[in-house]
Amino acid sequence: MLRLTAGRVGSLVARRAAVALTTSSARMASHGHEVSEAVDMSKPMYWDRREIPLPDKRYKDILTPADKSLKEKEKGPWGQLSNEEKLALYRLSFCQTYPEMNQSSSEWKTVVAGVLYCIGLTGLVIIWQTAYVSPPAPRTFDAEWQAKQVKRMLDMRVSPIEGFAAQWDYEKGQWK
Amino acid sequence: MFRAAVRLSVSGVRSITRTQPGCQALLASRGYSHGKQETDEEFDARWVTYFNKSDIDAWELRKGMNTLIGYDLVPEPKIVEAALKACRRLNDLASAIRILEAVKDKAGPHKDIYPYLIQELKPTLEELGISTPEELGIDKV
Repeated sequence: MLRLTAGRVGSLVARRAAVALTTSSARMASHGHEVSEAVDMSKPMYWDRREIPLPDKRYKDILTPADKSLKEKEKGPWGQLSNEEKLALYRLSFCQTYPEMNQSSSEWKTVVAGVLYCIGLTGLVIIWQTAYVSPPAPRTFDAEWQAKQVKRMLDMRVSPIEGFAAQWDYEKGQWK
Repeated sequence: MFRAAVRLSVSGVRSITRTQPGCQALLASRGYSHGKQETDEEFDARWVTYFNKSDIDAWELRKGMNTLIGYDLVPEPKIVEAALKACRRLNDLASAIRILEAVKDKAGPHKDIYPYLIQELKPTLEELGISTPEELGIDKV
């Protein structure tokens, strides 16, 4: 009987593992268009960075015939290019200008909002926990017990010089 | 015997660096506490020589510019002029405009450096037909 159950468990595990493997591979094959293409990092890459003004490669790899003719015109005097053509040449080589690269975003507002939201959610969870989950407080927290505890500490003269009992006026029977 | 071998290797190294002047500029100014400190004029001269190489290739231009921008300084107008002329030799207007953007960005909060640079570069910009980022309207987002 032990052998049977072990065998059954083994087959279940094996089947589940096989199912998981096959579904994941099938998922990847059928949903290939959803997975983004991995960038080949062994080839020169383009990036907009302040400290790297001229990246390893041009931004636009594939040039339309219009782009190619513009590149040919670039070989001549640049004074003959119009401002639009100069801009087009710039955008062929680069994605963002320096001001576009350096612009700040409002992302920090989203981050702060998210943090405060999570803290708030945690607070609610803690409030619910103290109401429904935590066991009742020990009897040493009762007001009556605390009063008796204070009286005992004063009778014992706890820290009589600068601490606890030093704050109690023993003649008048009250706090100083 | 070892002394002879060392002497040979030292002279060998020296001859290699002499035949490839382009490599010398890439020897970044070393941070010695001892030894001779390179003066500003020597630094400028080294970089002007680097960009003035008549058959400079695109990789050397990119490497030079990226290294230069990596330093904690705004390049002198004469260095930028040599770099822009190198762009002309390589038929690369986009890189020329990018260089102007980069040196403006290097100046950071010191807003008076870039106008001075453009003022010094005006003859070169006009001669080569390079428009500044301001003229093209890409200095604002």
